[in-house]
Amino acid sequence: MSRRLADVFAAAKSENRAALIGYLPAGFPDRDTCVDLISTMVESGVDAIEVGLPYSDPLMDGAVIQEAVERALIGGTTTDVVLDTVRRVTEAGAVAVVMSYWNPIERYGVQRFAANLAQAGGVGVITPDLTPEEAGPWIDASDEHGVDRIFLVAPSSTDARIATVVSSTSGFVYAASTMGVTGARTSVSTGAGDLVARARRQTALPIAVGLGVSTGEQAAQVATYADGVIVGSAFIRRILEATDSKAARESVAALAREMAEGVRA
Amino acid sequence: MAVMLETTSAPGHYGPYGGRFVPEALTAALDQLDREFRAAITDESFTRRLSELERTYTGRPNPLTLARRFSEHCGGATVYLKREDLNHTGSHKINNVLGQALLAERMGKTRLIAETGAGQHGVATATAAALLGLECVVYMGEEDTRRQALNVARMKLLGAEVIPVTTGSKTLKDAINEAMRDWVSTVDQTHYVLGTVTGPAPFPEVVRTFHQVIGREARAQILEAQGRLPDAIVACVGGGSNAMGLFSGFIDDPQVQLRGYEAGGSGVETGKHAARFAAGTPGVLHGARTYVMQDEWGQTVPSHSISAGLDYPGVGPEHAWLHDTGRATYTPINDDEAMEAFRVLCRTEGIIPAIETAHALAGVMRLGRELGPDSIIIVNLSGRGDKDVATAARWFGIDLGGVASDALSVEMAEGR
Repeated sequence: MSRRLADVFAAAKSENRAALIGYLPAGFPDRDTCVDLISTMVESGVDAIEVGLPYSDPLMDGAVIQEAVERALIGGTTTDVVLDTVRRVTEAGAVAVVMSYWNPIERYGVQRFAANLAQAGGVGVITPDLTPEEAGPWIDASDEHGVDRIFLVAPSSTDARIATVVSSTSGFVYAASTMGVTGARTSVSTGAGDLVARARRQTALPIAVGLGVSTGEQAAQVATYADGVIVGSAFIRRILEATDSKAARESVAALAREMAEGVRA
Repeated sequence: MAVMLETTSAPGHYGPYGGRFVPEALTAALDQLDREFRAAITDESFTRRLSELERTYTGRPNPLTLARRFSEHCGGATVYLKREDLNHTGSHKINNVLGQALLAERMGKTRLIAETGAGQHGVATATAAALLGLECVVYMGEEDTRRQALNVARMKLLGAEVIPVTTGSKTLKDAINEAMRDWVSTVDQTHYVLGTVTGPAPFPEVVRTFHQVIGREARAQILEAQGRLPDAIVACVGGGSNAMGLFSGFIDDPQVQLRGYEAGGSGVETGKHAARFAAGTPGVLHGARTYVMQDEWGQTVPSHSISAGLDYPGVGPEHAWLHDTGRATYTPINDDEAMEAFRVLCRTEGIIPAIETAHALAGVMRLGRELGPDSIIIVNLSGRGDKDVATAARWFGIDLGGVASDALSVEMAEGR
């Protein structure tokens, strides 16, 4: 039986630490290197992987992820490539979820996407521009195929909104640390702790914090109140800055190790 | 296939279209906008202030002009022009912007942001910001800042900051992405003045409501002039706000045909167009489900049009519903046919229209022949063409020589 998100968070909890979740868009910097880098991340201490589905209009993403997904799209990364990436990294031992804006999933077919993702070994989907109100068909399809459904809460969410969101969520709750788009920040907003505390009162699900985490120190700080720490842009920046794929692999491994130490601090 | 086939509409939905597909971080702001909008439109002090501005600042009501000589090119149909081009700032856009700026003020927000394609909405937003003493930032695709250089200068003169957007296709769609990114980061102080009837609920309804004055006036004016309703009303459709404003006055009159004209660019068959209804499929873009130009994987396909204001791969969700229900009909008009209509209006009526509007004029030239000489048609003259003079001069091979302004000279020097 393959591992689920619940197993990942339970294992981390048993070690009295937060889980580390790393993000990389499929097809970035290219199809095979992406799979290779994800394996590197897992070997270096990342507990679960968000495989990004590159989309033409990523309105929740900052400049770094925009650049990565644009490259992935130019390289011909389709939804089928994303699912194949999930299959390959799962076979290599990763626990993988997909992070996708809604239109590509709707276009692919909601049922078909859930079925093919499950078949590829993917365990969940994070949908940054889908809220439970619009998610009727997705709730049905994800239930039917046993795929976890991760919705987001934000600092601006009222307690009533948080209640609505967490009641439709499974796997873990994604808490956006700040009001803004993805991208490394010099400090993680203090609002994140309050948000996690408010969400905690409404759900027993694990809560992971994303947006702006780029150093081991920040990961350690977030790990004091959250069950998971999500790192995306910081990995991508290292890949963009690397001179070749070997350098990218070493740099990604170093950051993963730093983050893994952070969540254990 | 993946589209929900609901027959009834939940709030903020038009059949299966519309809705709110946005990051959770924006939900609170959209809820606030929804609340304040509903309170404002039933608050007499708000509606009185807006009407007063429309009358004393915008210059409403604007006339319904009988286009006698232009009608001769429309199969002899009697064609009237609803003169939104005579509004302050030169297009219909000011109607929505004044309403939203007053809403922003009501919500205690001190900063307005906007996206703009042709620049008309950006100019209108910069104008309202100056009038109310608010800060203003306008996002505009880099491509559009070049083809609409005059409007960039206008916005700057009005005190707005214009940020050229260099991501994606560098046009309106990418300007909306950037405006959304700004908004999610600054929502406490900032109101996003969305410029057309698209986007997450309640924007399509808000924008339509503030443009309903177009249809309300046109309806009263045609009844006074002709003693009967028109056979058809016509508008160009980019996002679709001028069309929605005019249509709203006649939507409950089944004998009045609603006709929208979208940008056929170089021709739908060439792939270089912005014909969402002719060549798009239902999908989600910029927060709403609607017709979208997209590929088989759901990636947005860049649009093309000679008109920056129609150069958009999505369309307002209410238009999508009017299309599916058959209440309105949408037809593409190619660049060359629009420019011919542009020329005809200039020469027959002494009115230089915006190139966006020229698509509607081309539509009425076709439609008049179809409906015949006894028919009455109203076309929304949504904007004036000053901003398009350089593009039109180039199209028609007019030598601007020494009379060109600096802005035009720059454009000409760039060979655009």
